Amino acid sequence: MSQDLYTQIVNSPPGGFIAKRVGLPQPTTLDRYRPGQPVVTGQVLIGAAPSGRLAGAIASTLADAQADVATTLAPELRTASADAGLDASVFNPEAGGDRRFKGLVFDATGIKDSTELVELQKFFHPSVRKVQSSGRVVVLGTPPEATKDPREHTAQRALEGFTRSLGKEIGKGSTVQLVYVAPGAENLIGSTLRFFLSPKSAYVSGQVARVTPGEPVPTDIDWERPLAGKTALVTGASRGIGEAIIETLARDGASVVGLDVPQLAEDLNAVTSRLDGEAIELDITSDDAPKVLAAHFKSGVDIVVHNAGVTRDRTLAKMPEDRWSSLMEINLSSEERINDALLKGKRIPAGGRIIGVSSMAGIAGNRGQTNYATSKAGVIGMVESMAPVLADRGITINAVAPGFIETKMTAAMPIAVREPGRRLNSMNQGGLPIDVAETIAWFASSASGGLNGNVVRVCGQMLLGA
Amino acid sequence: MTPTVRRVAVVGGNRIPFARSNGPYAHASNSDMLAAALDGLIERYNLQGETLGEVVAGAVLKHPRDRDLTREVVLGSKLAPETPAYDVQQACGTGLETTIAVANKIALGQIDAGIAGGVDTTSDAPLALNDDLREVLLDANRIPDTAGRLKLLTRLRPGMIKPAIPANQEPRTGLSMGEHCAIMASEWGITREAQDELTIRSHNALAAAYDKGFQDDLLTPYLGLERDQNLRPGSTPEKLAKLKPVFGGPEGTMTAANSTPLSDGASVVLLASEEWAKARNLPILAYITEAQTAAIDHVHKREGLLMAPAYAMPTMLDRAGITLQDFDVYEIHEAFAAQVLCTLAAWEDPVFCKERLGRSAPLGSIDTEKLNINGGSLAAGHPFAATGGRIVAGLAKELSERGSGRGVISICAAAGQGVVAILESAGGAK
Repeated sequence: MSQDLYTQIVNSPPGGFIAKRVGLPQPTTLDRYRPGQPVVTGQVLIGAAPSGRLAGAIASTLADAQADVATTLAPELRTASADAGLDASVFNPEAGGDRRFKGLVFDATGIKDSTELVELQKFFHPSVRKVQSSGRVVVLGTPPEATKDPREHTAQRALEGFTRSLGKEIGKGSTVQLVYVAPGAENLIGSTLRFFLSPKSAYVSGQVARVTPGEPVPTDIDWERPLAGKTALVTGASRGIGEAIIETLARDGASVVGLDVPQLAEDLNAVTSRLDGEAIELDITSDDAPKVLAAHFKSGVDIVVHNAGVTRDRTLAKMPEDRWSSLMEINLSSEERINDALLKGKRIPAGGRIIGVSSMAGIAGNRGQTNYATSKAGVIGMVESMAPVLADRGITINAVAPGFIETKMTAAMPIAVREPGRRLNSMNQGGLPIDVAETIAWFASSASGGLNGNVVRVCGQMLLGA
Repeated sequence: MTPTVRRVAVVGGNRIPFARSNGPYAHASNSDMLAAALDGLIERYNLQGETLGEVVAGAVLKHPRDRDLTREVVLGSKLAPETPAYDVQQACGTGLETTIAVANKIALGQIDAGIAGGVDTTSDAPLALNDDLREVLLDANRIPDTAGRLKLLTRLRPGMIKPAIPANQEPRTGLSMGEHCAIMASEWGITREAQDELTIRSHNALAAAYDKGFQDDLLTPYLGLERDQNLRPGSTPEKLAKLKPVFGGPEGTMTAANSTPLSDGASVVLLASEEWAKARNLPILAYITEAQTAAIDHVHKREGLLMAPAYAMPTMLDRAGITLQDFDVYEIHEAFAAQVLCTLAAWEDPVFCKERLGRSAPLGSIDTEKLNINGGSLAAGHPFAATGGRIVAGLAKELSERGSGRGVISICAAAGQGVVAILESAGGAK
């Protein structure tokens, strides 16, 4: 699925001219990742509030990613860059020059009081206009709940208002994220910083991710194939978003197993054979499905992506019980049962990943979707409830919450519903299945042991449900 | 046989005041100016009729007819006509390179005394024939018959009248030196204020040097000029702040004031072995003890065009077994105020020193009160090849007046090159 027709038109010279004149939204053609590409194409500028604790981790990550980097004149950033082997130039807003940045990274962990929030203004005011299209802004802070001082808690919580607002005004297909890094998790920010700086996060903006202490990053990690040696199960893998997910996990080196209902066997087999993977034809709501899967994965499964899901829309007044229950079975209850069976049978080893697919409807609610939104809010509940339990076993659980994604399902929507859904976000366009898949691959990465209990929206910062 | 290495003395120097392009020296050629500087030196140190070991000089902008420019100037001077000479050219490094060339031969005992120097004119510039016209004329020369030659004339076009003008441009990047330096200024975060401040200091220091008579035995008035034409003491940050940027776009920090103007001028330095100087009762102002050149890759590795001295310096310091802080005087050529400030910033920067220089610690900062204390190129002007001689003579004299101490010279050159050298007072380093 390529970009929608409107985006194509306004990105042509005559279309762009007309759109500008009549004030129509002008969605940017978003950069998207192609294998072999560097993490960032363009310079990344690092800034920091005084006495932050992430300069070293940021510098190491960017050195490792072979990024072209500049820093502000802050001595701690220069020292950290030198220590990390990062050959960074200097950016001083008062020194002029035609500087352009693909990414801005700001370590806000030094902000201990609301009066110090002005550091955000000082760094971003001169640099934000220098951000190129499909630019990336990442602010790193300390999780408010991990602070000891109430003032620091307040100030760190305040960062969220900043990143969410900047996401709405930065434009040009650029994204803005907040990453809360818990003390002790500094060395785990690599996969997250790379993801948020790269074109892989094209349709993720205004999000908050938490990096907490967890399994360390494997020393021999191959960032081109971070899932090498891993086995991944993807449900609903025969088409649409599921197909993109299984393709992406295979690209990242995983041995993939696709699952779908027997009716879609043909599509499923086409996908898995193309990826040199296995196909399981199974109705996940059937009574024996958990047992079948536990038996199938005798030697374990590292990554489980619960993607299978359906909609059965009807306003509640017109919703019969079977329409409610069949959906709830597929979208939530079967996932819980499968998790339980795989965990009880010790089929998911340490370093394992469970990834759910929630939805914007689960966060914001949606007319005609009481059943669907309930199930998808339940997925968030599943992430919340399971994360602490799984942490003890070295397993993580996270979820994505897609917004408007261009699929056959959304293409079939009536235009009056489709167009607002597509445009009412910071990117002025719908996302693509690959955007959801890339976010899942980030959670799945062997380097993402610090991500547990996150729900990240893939919605282009949809105006609803923020 | 291993030759013994002798100490090389700086006896003294001479230059003509530097003029702005198309100013008082508009009609003076490189030969005229180099001859004027040389004559003054011969006069001052009674070198009439002397056969020196060698005279080495050069010019960056040189006419094709000036083959053996230096030798021709020697022949026209009061030196013995048996004095050999040759030309050297390494952009703005020329003047210091000629000094090093002469000094090394003296050190090795191959010669006892010599003169190093440089000259440049941006006014009497060598215009060349348009390349297309040149081809037609050369072809015409190759054809024996008149009919064929006439036929060739049909290839002439009006546009061919336009001459080829030497451009102040890097051949491999197409950027001028100023544009390159503007990129460096931005990448090193050098502000307009800092550049303007250095500029004002340079003018005031040079004016003070003139006022106290420091320049009296360093130059010979020429064509009505007694001081450097570019010198404008007493400027203020407010005045300089009004100037529009000339490099680096509208947001640029580099102006006509904090960049050196195109200039005309010449300088020479007399170098000798101690014995030679003592035998003639000539002074020894200082000794040249170390020198180093370096080059960087501004084309593929995108290092700043004028950053080579920052690389040459640590190599030289290591060989000398001293640190950047072990100097009493620093002479850093002010091609642009930003070049000086970028170089200082680089030596202080942990990233540059580790990643580019491969050192465990930064070279550190210098006491800027010791920097270009008698003024620099921003005030004096910068006739490319003549700058090295001006600095060597001025630093040697300063060290001589102090009675002891050590000074260092750093000069950046086009094409990504740099030259540095150490001078020690005849009274000892400390």
